[in-house]
Amino acid sequence: MTTQEWKFTAKDIATKPDLFLSGHRACAGCGPAAMLRLIMKATRGPTIVTQATGCMEIVGSIYPYSSWAVPWLHTAFENAAANASGIEAALKVMRKKGKIKQEHIDVIALAGDGGTIDIGLQALSGAVERGHDFLFVLYDNEGYMNTGIQRSGGTPTGAATTTTPAGSVNPGKLEKKKPITEIMLAHDMQYVATATPYYWKDMLTKVRKGLEIEGPAFLHVFAPCPRGWRTEPAKTIEYSKLSVESCVFPIWEAVNGKRQLSTPSKLIALAPQKKKPVKAYLEGQGRFRHLFTPRNAHVLDEMQRSTDERWQRLLQKCE
Amino acid sequence: MTQKVKQETVAMNGDEAVAFAVKQCDVDVVAAYPITPQTIIVEKFSEYVANGEVQTEFVCTESEHSAMTACLAASATGARTFTASASAGLALMHEMLFVTSGSRAPVVMAVANRALSAPLNIHGDHSDSMAERDSGWLHIYVENAQEAYDSIVQAFKIAEDVGISLPIIVGLDGFTISHTLERVDVLSEDVVKEFVGERQFPMVLTHEGKTVPFKLDPENPMTMGPNALQNYYFEFKRQQQEGMNNALKRIQEVNIEYAKISGRSYGNGLIDAYQLEDAEIAIVCIGSTAGTLKVIVDQLRQEGVKAGVLRLRTFRPLPVEELQNALKKIKAVAVMDKSMSPGGLGAAVFNEVRNALYDLTQRPIMVNYIFGLGGRDYSPRDLRRVFEDLTKIAKTGQVEKQVNYLGLRE
Repeated sequence: MTTQEWKFTAKDIATKPDLFLSGHRACAGCGPAAMLRLIMKATRGPTIVTQATGCMEIVGSIYPYSSWAVPWLHTAFENAAANASGIEAALKVMRKKGKIKQEHIDVIALAGDGGTIDIGLQALSGAVERGHDFLFVLYDNEGYMNTGIQRSGGTPTGAATTTTPAGSVNPGKLEKKKPITEIMLAHDMQYVATATPYYWKDMLTKVRKGLEIEGPAFLHVFAPCPRGWRTEPAKTIEYSKLSVESCVFPIWEAVNGKRQLSTPSKLIALAPQKKKPVKAYLEGQGRFRHLFTPRNAHVLDEMQRSTDERWQRLLQKCE
Repeated sequence: MTQKVKQETVAMNGDEAVAFAVKQCDVDVVAAYPITPQTIIVEKFSEYVANGEVQTEFVCTESEHSAMTACLAASATGARTFTASASAGLALMHEMLFVTSGSRAPVVMAVANRALSAPLNIHGDHSDSMAERDSGWLHIYVENAQEAYDSIVQAFKIAEDVGISLPIIVGLDGFTISHTLERVDVLSEDVVKEFVGERQFPMVLTHEGKTVPFKLDPENPMTMGPNALQNYYFEFKRQQQEGMNNALKRIQEVNIEYAKISGRSYGNGLIDAYQLEDAEIAIVCIGSTAGTLKVIVDQLRQEGVKAGVLRLRTFRPLPVEELQNALKKIKAVAVMDKSMSPGGLGAAVFNEVRNALYDLTQRPIMVNYIFGLGGRDYSPRDLRRVFEDLTKIAKTGQVEKQVNYLGLRE
C-alpha cells in the first residue's frame, strides 16, 4: 500500500467529489450529516462503508434511493463492528486467492452513540480484540435521536430526554456519560482520537490517520443534533466549537497509547483563561433549559466541577 | 452410477464429517462462536486452519450474533461463507438469521440440533432450528453422518444458485449424529471442488443501467441492506418466496447430480419415502429417527403389517406436492416432533404436514407424537408402539388423543 501525501484544504474539500451525496433525508442543521459528508472526503481510495442502524443509516438509504457513492452495507443495530469484521476477513482472503483486483480496500464502520457505547459495545470490543483492519467512527449526538430522543450511555448528566425527562424530582439524566474513548484505549489500540466538525481539518486528518493504521482505529466525533438537543439548526457548528472551547469535549489523539491534545484543545491548556464556562455551551440548548432555574443551580455547578475535573485528568494523561 | 468416482472410507462423527466437507468446498470465510454450546465442527475446522490445510479466513467472534453478522457481511462482500451453531447460540443469532435471508446472502450453517433453555439442557432435540422456521432459511435435516457430509457439499450448490441465493441450515441431530462415530465415504477434494464450483452471483441492474454482480464492489458501488418502507418492503419479502420456490426444483436436481458422482441420493432430495407405496399406516419424522423407524418397518412388514416411513429431508421449502402424493392413500399417519409449540395444536412438523394434506379429498387421519425432548432416549419399542396405535386408529377410525407425548412420565 502506498501512503499518499495528503493535507486537507478548503479547495480539496470543494473539488473532491462527494461520496455521501446530497438528497438524503437528514434534518436541517444535522451535525452527523455534516460530519459524514466531510469525513468521506478523507478517504484515500476504494472504500467500503458499513453502518449500524441509526439516524445516518436511515437518512441515506431509503430504497430505492441511496446517498452512498461507495459500496455500503447495513445489517442491524448492534453489530457495525461485526459487519466490518466480516467484510475485512472476506477482502483479506479473496485478495490472497486473487479474487479481488484492488491492491487495498479500506473499511469504515459508522455508528451512533447507541450503536457504539450501548448495544454495539460487545461487537466493537470483539472486533478490536481480533485486530481487524478498519476505522470505527462513532458519531455522538448523545442520545437515541432517530427513535425519539431517548437517553443513551452517551447522554450527559442533566440532559432531558424522553426517557430522562426533567421532572419535579429529577433534573434530566442523573448518570454520567460513559467514557467510551477510555474503554477503547484500554484495548491497547494503535489509534484512538476525538474530533468535531467545527475543526474539520483536524477531523479529516484523524480520519485519514485512522485509515492508514493497519489494524483497528477508533474515532469519536462529537456531532450536535438540533432535534434532540432542542437547538437552532443554524447553530450546530457553533455548538461543535463551544464543546471544545468549554472543555466539555476536548479533542486529542492517542497514537500507540501516547495521548496528545489537538491544537484547539492544546491552546486552551496553554492559556486556561481562554477556557469558556460550561454554561456558555449549555445555554440555548433546550435539553438543558431546566437547569437554568434556581432549583437546579447546584446541577450546573456540579457540571462545571465535573467538566473541570475531567479536563484536569485529561491534561495529566496527555504528553 | 457408472461415473461414480473413487472414494475413501473414514470413521468420523457427524461434526467431523461436516468440518471435512467444509474443508473440501473451498470456503473463504468461517465465522463462529463455539461456546453456546461448543461444537466439534468449528474445533475440527480450526485444526485445518492451524495446519494450513485450508485457504480460509477463520473469524472466532465474541458471540453468535456477531458470528452470523460477520458471515452475512463476508457473504455480501463476495465470500463463500460457513458457520455452525446450535441451541442457545442459534437463538442468539435469531435477529441476524432474518437479516441474512432478507439480504439474500447464501450462508451455509450446520446446526447440531439441541434443546433450548430453561431448564438448561444442551442435549439433542429440534427446538432450536424449529424456532427458526420462519427465518427465511432453507432447512435440510439429515439422517446420519454420511448424509451430513453429503448435504454440506450440496448445500453450497443449492444456496448459491443464482435463482435461490438464500442461506441454508443443515440440521444434524445433536449427539445422535453430531457426536457418534460412523463410517463415512468421502469424495476427493478435486471432485468436490468441481461439483460445487466457484460462487455465482445474481446479476442486478444499477441506476446507470449497468448489469453487475450482487456484491460489495468498489467498481460498482451498491447500497446493501437499505431501508425499505411501506412502499417496497413487501415486494422484497415476496421475492424471498420465489427463491424458496426455485429451491424445490434445484434441491431435487442437486440430489441427482450428486448421485452421479457419489452413488448416494436421499429420496428425491425433498422427502425420503420408505415402504410407502402400499402402506396403510406411516410415520413422518425428520433426522436420525428415520433410521430406527426403517428397521422397525422391516420387522413389521415381515409380520404382515403394511407400515412405512416418510423422512422429511427438506423442511423449508416445504415439499407440499410430494407430501400429498406420498401420504394421500395412507389410512393413519403419525408425525413425530422433537420440539414443542406450547399452546398450539401439536408441534412444527405436525402442523406443516397436516396443513399440506388439508386440501386433499382423501387424506389420512393424523396424530402427533412429541418425543425425545432434551435428549430423552426413545427405544425401538417406543416407536413400535406408535405403529401399534396407528394400526388401531386405521382400523377404528377413532383417535383417542391427537397430540401424544412419547416416553414421558405423566
